[in-house]
Amino acid sequence: MQTYILQIFNGISVSSILVLAALGLAITFGLMKVINMAHGEFIMIGAYVTYLMQNLFVAYLDKSLFGLYFILAIPAAFMVSGLIGFVLEGTVIRHLYNRPLDSILATWGVSLVLQQLARTIFGAPNVDVKSPGWLDGGLVISQGLQLPYKRLFIIALVIACIIGMFVLLYKSKTGRRIRAVMQNREMAESMGINTRRVDAYTFAVGSGLAGIAGCALTLLGSIGSTLGTNYIVDTFMVVVLGGVGTLLGTAAGGLLIGTANTTLEFFTNTSLGKVLVFILIIAFLQWRPKGLFNISSRAIDE
Amino acid sequence: MPNLKAMKAKEKLVFSIIVLVLVLAPLFLTDFRVNLLGKFIAYAILAMGLDLIWGFTGILSLGHGVFFGLGAYSMAMYLKLEAAHGRLPDFMSWSGLEALPWFWKPFTNSAFALLMAILVPTVLAFFVGFLTFKNRIRGVYFSILSQALSIIFVVLFVGQQAYTGGTNGLTNYKTILGFSLSNSSTKLTLYYISIGLLILTYALCNFLVKRRIGRILVAIRDGENRVRFSGYNPTTYKIFVYCLSAALAGLAGAIYVPQVGIISPAEMGIVPSIEMIIWVAIGGRGTLIGAVIGAIFVNGLKSGISESFPDVWSYFIGFTFIVVVLFMPNGVVGLVKKIVGNLVSRRLKSLS
Amino acid sequence: MKNISLTTKKRAAGLISATLIAGLLLTGCSSSQPSKPAETAGSGDKIKVGILHSLSGTMAISEVSVKDAEMMAIEEINASGGVLGKKIEPIVEDGASNWPNFAEKAKKLLQQDKVATVFGGWTSASRKAMLPVFEENNGLLWYPVQYEGMEASPNIFYSGAAPNQQIVPAVEWLFKNKGKKFFLLGSDYVFPRTANKIIKAQLKALGGETVAEEYTPLGHTDYSTIVNKIKASKPDVVFNTLNGDSNVAFFKQLKDAGITSKDLTTLSVSVAEEEVRGIGADNMKGQLVSWNYYQTTDTPENKEFVKKYKAKYGADRVTDDPIEAAYDQVYLWAAAVKKAGTTDVDKVKEAAKGIEFKAPEGLVKIEGENQHLWKPVRIGEVTADGLIKEIWSTDKTVKPDPFLKSYDWAKGLSN
Repeated sequence: MQTYILQIFNGISVSSILVLAALGLAITFGLMKVINMAHGEFIMIGAYVTYLMQNLFVAYLDKSLFGLYFILAIPAAFMVSGLIGFVLEGTVIRHLYNRPLDSILATWGVSLVLQQLARTIFGAPNVDVKSPGWLDGGLVISQGLQLPYKRLFIIALVIACIIGMFVLLYKSKTGRRIRAVMQNREMAESMGINTRRVDAYTFAVGSGLAGIAGCALTLLGSIGSTLGTNYIVDTFMVVVLGGVGTLLGTAAGGLLIGTANTTLEFFTNTSLGKVLVFILIIAFLQWRPKGLFNISSRAIDE
Repeated sequence: MPNLKAMKAKEKLVFSIIVLVLVLAPLFLTDFRVNLLGKFIAYAILAMGLDLIWGFTGILSLGHGVFFGLGAYSMAMYLKLEAAHGRLPDFMSWSGLEALPWFWKPFTNSAFALLMAILVPTVLAFFVGFLTFKNRIRGVYFSILSQALSIIFVVLFVGQQAYTGGTNGLTNYKTILGFSLSNSSTKLTLYYISIGLLILTYALCNFLVKRRIGRILVAIRDGENRVRFSGYNPTTYKIFVYCLSAALAGLAGAIYVPQVGIISPAEMGIVPSIEMIIWVAIGGRGTLIGAVIGAIFVNGLKSGISESFPDVWSYFIGFTFIVVVLFMPNGVVGLVKKIVGNLVSRRLKSLS
Repeated sequence: MKNISLTTKKRAAGLISATLIAGLLLTGCSSSQPSKPAETAGSGDKIKVGILHSLSGTMAISEVSVKDAEMMAIEEINASGGVLGKKIEPIVEDGASNWPNFAEKAKKLLQQDKVATVFGGWTSASRKAMLPVFEENNGLLWYPVQYEGMEASPNIFYSGAAPNQQIVPAVEWLFKNKGKKFFLLGSDYVFPRTANKIIKAQLKALGGETVAEEYTPLGHTDYSTIVNKIKASKPDVVFNTLNGDSNVAFFKQLKDAGITSKDLTTLSVSVAEEEVRGIGADNMKGQLVSWNYYQTTDTPENKEFVKKYKAKYGADRVTDDPIEAAYDQVYLWAAAVKKAGTTDVDKVKEAAKGIEFKAPEGLVKIEGENQHLWKPVRIGEVTADGLIKEIWSTDKTVKPDPFLKSYDWAKGLSN
């Protein structure tokens, strides 16, 4: 019994990680139809920022304050990734609207450069980030059943991010502009919305969210330049499955993939689980090519 | 317009020069370098297939490594069985197999292996293409799906060590058709066979591209709905060109593996698959000669630079790729054409 | 902004062409080397050797320090006059945790650079990929890492443990001291799979039980389900053959799930002091490992070795078994070359038989029959400071038996 409860929890935990990583991508893809293959590298940037924050605390502050570094790392990761995303958008991405296939390629080039930059700055071997003490241990439900605090924290973080995004998109003026541009760019321009600016800060927000995901990942394993490539295809699967441009879609997609993955992995093995999940996704897309939830327009896409 | 014919003739001329250089290469390069060139030629064959589907038809396949890998594995299975001389190949014994699996048995025949190298990728492409193109999955979604396909195969091949050699792949071959693979003359023969295949592939692709089917493919790239409204079924053409590109990739894999000596699931993954696209992009998409130039040139650079300055290579290829995609969508070939075109038009102006 | 101006395009084009031409020239430079008369490895006043490890990728966490050890040995030998009166010149290549890449770089070192010998590899996958290259070119590879045995290539010297010097004694000790039920967890490649084959046969002969056998791809980082499976199957021991960064993720997540060494014994054969440094000592406290050498090993040679290593690379660096084996093998090769009077591969191999070396782990000897080393076996426990303390060892060095010929239960394993 305990095993099954724990496995369900594992499914939710894995899903939460996927959703966190995919949230930013859903927004950039949904808004600008730009595929950002460097999205994984923004996750990596967030993770390295967390590493740097840890080192700063170790070098300059008292040991007792060490636990705080993580709290500060989250907004720091958001800002650094967001800033780099903003710069990237202004230099590279904006030439690529209406050229979605080329955006894949150009952003892949960006990801190569960013990965090598990480290797040059931090060295090729992975680095380890020591998790803050207050996240050690877990919530003991019963004898032998312990839910790790780290995973609970990540789930809470994801929920917070989704709520934050919801508030931004649906309850703020900025959000209204973003949604307008997402639904019909030309109309929004005619209404006086500065689509250039909307694109820029939307991309920044999307990248910033990736940074937060990177911060969360430091709790689970080691950090290296290839962190991004491990997550990029999974995050795309989440976005494609869930449907482009909706928060609900991303959450649903992530939940489906995460739970399917952990369940299949439990009953078969790790490799087979992954293969089956992907096959299931491809099969599902035959039936609903646009994903679970999507905002479709009547125009034929040319 | 009058220059179009001249352009095509020039492309053929450039190709002939490239072939000539390749043919003469063994005279002034070491065995090691000639062997590398053989690898690049296999890549060039693959690149032409990729150009057909991406440059001409506009379908960005980011998982073509799978087809290349399947072709290479087919040939490698034959080579492995040759090396085992009727006993069980080494990796199977370490993995605990008692007898040769049934689907390995026919690979003792080299003709069968070659046939499978081309057929298996084609059949897979047909299957995948049929499902996706029929459901109007295209553009970005297709690209992501092709990546998923690539990952599926990599994970599958890594996980089945007993049947596929696992993450090690298949290596340690001794002979091909009875000839020792470590023999210089065998290696040279394989090299010249690669060149022959390169010429055949170029001829085939050129032939297709000049005919109506070539124009329809370009039309599909530029406006699929209009093609449909004009009465053609784009799905059939897309499936055809996807299968053809897969077959060429399989062929490339088959000639790659005896020269390089190893094939592993790493070659089927998303990173090498995107690298293949990079060759075509830099060379010049939509022009077959661009694919050949891109494949040979970029790989040559990679060997050269990463030998001396390994860190620099990633920066170099990353930046070049970004700049090429943003500012030079027609690659090196497009650039050359533009320069030549400018020169010619300036000449014409000065004459009038 | 939608239409890039012609000038920008021209400038970009010019930049690209310039870079490409520069790149071509660079390639031209490096490929002009073969036009010089082929140099043998021992010509001039230098002897070239190759060093081929993963300096990037998932295995870099382990292999960079192995390369460092080899470089240190070369420096020391050069400082005391070199080999045959000539200085050793190392040529370092990056295998990048990619096995075909190892094969290609090996080819380059042997055919292009014509090195006298190569020190390299870590994963069995890298060794299996390099093996045909060394056999085809009659090169010499020194492989410093413990592995699964079942191999004795004429062109490889194995300075790491064979299974009867690491795995088999560990299983025996665990069975006697910890319990009968084993959970086998490994990365998905040849070493864990073959090692587990051996372990299963041994357990059957002993009367133990294999409760599960799980594999994860190299580089895998989510172990939540695996940890759950371990909990569900209630083993006495988890025999861990995970490799690379996966170990960091596994041990972190194991601890997060509330499982410590008190609740569950794990014994790892690919985790040593260097990996513990990456994993974090508090994540591995009390867990077991099996090797032939630890930084805490008590020999005068080791005290010297650790001192020199830390002086050269930093006080926070650690030494471990592969680092020590890599150091040893450079000295062993140098001794063989000295005895043979030449770097010629066949003569060096002949001269190497029976050569002994006072290594930090003890007195090691090259076994001529299979080109492995006689080594002591030591089981250790990770302590809170990230080091490993020995809790059991053989008193003498053990003869290497890669095909496990001396064990009845292993009869069906090698063919």
